[in-house]
Amino acid sequence: MLRLTLRNIFARKVRLFMSGLSIILGVAFLSGVLVFSNGLSATFDSIIHGSTPDGAVRAMDTEEFDGGYSGQTDQVLDPGVVDDLEALPEVARADGDVVGFGMSLLASDGTLVGGTGAPTLAFNYHDGPNMDGDEALVLKKGQWPSGTDEMVLDEAAAKAGDYTVGDQVKLLAPFGTLERTATLVGTAEFNGGGTAGATLLIFSTEGAQELFLDGKSVFNRISLTAANGVTQEQLATAADKVVPEGFEAVTGNQVAEESQDAVGSFLGVINTFLLVFAIIAVIVGAFIIVNTFSILVAQRTRELALLRALGAGRAQVTRSVLLEAFVLAVVASTLGIGAGLLLARGLAAIFRVIGLDIAGNALDLTAWTVVLSYVVGVGMTMVAAYLPARHGSKVAPVAAMRADTTVERASLRRRTAIGSVVLVIGAGCAIAGLNGAPGSDAAWIGVGAVLWILTVAAISSVVGKPVLVLCRALFARSFGTTGRLAGEDALRDPRRTGATASALMIGLALVSTIGVLAASLNKSVDDVVDDQFTADLLVQSTNYLPFSTQVGDRIAEVDGVGVMSRQQFTNAQYDGKSVYLTGNDDNFAEIYDLETIDGRQEVSGAEAFVTEGFATDNDIEVGDTLDLGFTGGKKLTPTVVGVVEDSEVAGAINVPLDQLARAGVLRQDTAVSILFAPGADASTVRDDVDAAASSAPIVGVFDKEGFADEIRSQVNQLLYIIYGLLALAIVIAVIGIINTLGLSVIERTREIGLLRAIGMSRAKLRRMITLESITIALLGAVLGMVLGLTIGVLLQRSLSEELSSLGLPLGQLIGFLVTAVVVGVLAAVIPAVRASRLNVLDAISTE
Amino acid sequence: MTTAPTPVSPTQPVAARAIDLHKTYGSGDSEVRALDGVTIELAQGQFTAIMGPSGSGKSTLMHCLAALDTPTAGEVVVGDTALSRLRDKALTTLRREQVGFVFQAFNLIPTLTARENILLPLSLAGRKPDPAWFDTVIDAVGLRDRLKHRPAEMSGGQQQRVACARALVSKPSIVFADEPTGNLDSTSGAEVLSFLRRSVDEFGQTIVMVTHDAVAASYCDRVVFLADGRVVDEINKPDREQILEHMTALQAAAAAARGRA
Repeated sequence: MLRLTLRNIFARKVRLFMSGLSIILGVAFLSGVLVFSNGLSATFDSIIHGSTPDGAVRAMDTEEFDGGYSGQTDQVLDPGVVDDLEALPEVARADGDVVGFGMSLLASDGTLVGGTGAPTLAFNYHDGPNMDGDEALVLKKGQWPSGTDEMVLDEAAAKAGDYTVGDQVKLLAPFGTLERTATLVGTAEFNGGGTAGATLLIFSTEGAQELFLDGKSVFNRISLTAANGVTQEQLATAADKVVPEGFEAVTGNQVAEESQDAVGSFLGVINTFLLVFAIIAVIVGAFIIVNTFSILVAQRTRELALLRALGAGRAQVTRSVLLEAFVLAVVASTLGIGAGLLLARGLAAIFRVIGLDIAGNALDLTAWTVVLSYVVGVGMTMVAAYLPARHGSKVAPVAAMRADTTVERASLRRRTAIGSVVLVIGAGCAIAGLNGAPGSDAAWIGVGAVLWILTVAAISSVVGKPVLVLCRALFARSFGTTGRLAGEDALRDPRRTGATASALMIGLALVSTIGVLAASLNKSVDDVVDDQFTADLLVQSTNYLPFSTQVGDRIAEVDGVGVMSRQQFTNAQYDGKSVYLTGNDDNFAEIYDLETIDGRQEVSGAEAFVTEGFATDNDIEVGDTLDLGFTGGKKLTPTVVGVVEDSEVAGAINVPLDQLARAGVLRQDTAVSILFAPGADASTVRDDVDAAASSAPIVGVFDKEGFADEIRSQVNQLLYIIYGLLALAIVIAVIGIINTLGLSVIERTREIGLLRAIGMSRAKLRRMITLESITIALLGAVLGMVLGLTIGVLLQRSLSEELSSLGLPLGQLIGFLVTAVVVGVLAAVIPAVRASRLNVLDAISTE
Repeated sequence: MTTAPTPVSPTQPVAARAIDLHKTYGSGDSEVRALDGVTIELAQGQFTAIMGPSGSGKSTLMHCLAALDTPTAGEVVVGDTALSRLRDKALTTLRREQVGFVFQAFNLIPTLTARENILLPLSLAGRKPDPAWFDTVIDAVGLRDRLKHRPAEMSGGQQQRVACARALVSKPSIVFADEPTGNLDSTSGAEVLSFLRRSVDEFGQTIVMVTHDAVAASYCDRVVFLADGRVVDEINKPDREQILEHMTALQAAAAAARGRA
């Protein structure tokens, strides 16, 4: 039996390759994603560990890896603290750090370097070791900076900015004087290799103090190195006794852990997203395997019957088919793992382009990846092949004697009945979600959606029949007999057609869902912007980082600027949680008239207004006092004087701008809003503001339209994800259709011979197969889009707080249909050419 | 040239002819001469049987005449058209318009009804059927009440009659039948053969049939015998006994030849 199985495998190389391809693809995605996310984590881990000392003294409530969004505390440490720490027996050495965010690097041509994704980190250089006892930074070229006008860049940043050692590097400072320059004296890298896309600006201690600490000889952080035999905990405990108020001493492990958590939540998004891709690839691949094996078994009915007639037991037949699947799965999984490694390298290359470079040596197969890939690849193949194998074993031995080898397929009635019940259960979940069942509404709908997608995939032959009939009618009208025959072929085994279309169906269901959500998001953004954007112009940094107040000072001088309001956003600690807090200047109320629910939005002194969402979540009303903590230990206790409707221009808590100084947050601006002076020429003022802001490429000047466009362009990045998904669905769908059609052509060889004999031209034969292929693709597309639209609309309803308006991406949907037709045409090429090359005589005399 | 041209009565025009047809497979030691210089004329309105032992080349001859296969050397003329210079497209058109086929294994399209199968060559050519002729053919094969049925719902004899109707409905200049009764029981076979006979007698159809069944051949006007790729004998207006005698003689000769070899 084993030998026969192996012979079978080799006798069907082409079919084998095609069905193997879907396994390879699924496994490649899975292993590729695993390798990639391992590499991603390993890169960050090695950077974090490589740059973290045994212990650190830092301002209270510091959020590691915050990237500077919440500004910077004004709390500093005297050099005396460093001496005190160094005097401790547990401390081998203490090095004062100056760490600054919000600095930007300009390229030699004046454009911004980086600044879109990964942060720009500025700090002073000292040779304090990391927790492994190695240097935290490695010099690649030149020397370390000294004095106030020298600096070192990381290799990638120097390249991106087109700077070589000796050049004057252009910088934008976050505080005080905006434009700065420093002489590049060298390039460096983290000890862990690479920078994961971050831009490193390294200064001498004096230089960093000049930039971030007003030139005072103080620090805002201290790195500690433990003495021999002292643990990190002992070090931190000892150090904590001598640090001044507002600061704390923590272990290096804690710093690393916090950093990893912060990075992890961001990496988690990428990893989850990639994993979803892989899971889809695996599930869709399984459908193709079921289909391929069903066809292979159907074609071998007579052979299997012969085996049964010769005395093979049912179980033996099943085993023989399963063994074939197993050998195929092992070979294909092995290839898939190899392909996955390549895929991971490709992904890394793409991420490098968008500014997240992953150390090449981190992209390696781990034992876990290999084992999981084999388990999934072999497991999914065996599960997928089981049903066809069982079916094959049911062939009656007498079938070997019959000329007619069509197998009676079990009725679809039972499957349809079960499927209908599951569809109703899915609908029940969705309705429950919309009508306030416990838990997240969207999660209920998500469960319903998964049930729907899987069920429709299983009974696509039944629910999709109208599509097939319509295609037949349409093609018969447009292409005559050729079209009619194609439509009939697609309907001949609707189960096969449906299973083949499932790949595209699942892909398009997901893509259409996301499409509806993205369109709704865009529409909602438009509505919100229309409603809330009452300024004539808004100046903001493209990545929402705060910027130097000098930008606002320059804009204030522009003729025609009537009212200008500055806002600074930061994070405050409220009730143990980090909350978004905005400091608004006195002009804020002149520009933004928020919908007041209770009290007023004008605040002064120790007053605050809060948004409705925050008030509801924390059970706050007018007259309550908020207890807010800030990095560095400072506190604010404003009284709530107003509750307003949630707004994009207001933080959860809003205080007067001058209160931020009392909170120990260094003054910067996050947003500057402008109203034109009465009678001023809008376009002239706009041009002048542009000119004033152009000295700081980190900020952009937006009018209402431009602001909506900016947000829309971010939403549209979501669409790139859609297209990624679509591409994946298309690749798998094409393979699936090629596979099915290829096998169908083999199965119908004699019919094709006959059609050619009685006068069908090669061109018409190719057209017939192409039309069948298009029918399959359209079936998948239509089912997928209907499902996706339904799910998308339901999700929008359940998220109506965030997505106030429903948007339907009609253009995209039409695009998907066109894509489906293209997919059909592409997938048909190989089977059609093969069919049209068949020798008429050989074909017609095929058994 | 070992075989003299087969005489055809001068009053009858020729529907198809083969001139010194050669067809070899393989080369060197493994060379097989399926046709070794066959010259034959098939008169219009005649029912011709081609007979011969297995491997005599009778199927190859029919395939070449029907534009399904290309000879190694020699020429085939169907109507006024010489086939040797035609490309695939023109051959397809010729098959569609001038040639009809009936196969041993009925070869109907399972997804189409009997009516659609019958009209398939016409609809592939984008031609409208002549309703009167269609009715005549349907009545002749006796399938009027079966037109809406699919092949799986019909008996073998009915399916073969559908195939016959399909071959006739486009009014081809010649119909080739390859063992049309091979898969049928004797009653169904007789029905199919009577129908073919009638279409020659009543509609003047030209039919060429390959068979090794003497009963089937006895329905024909003329029987041509092939052996080793050559035309070796023929009889006009044969009866079953004559055919059997000729076949037996041929087989004996073949056995003798093999014995000598």
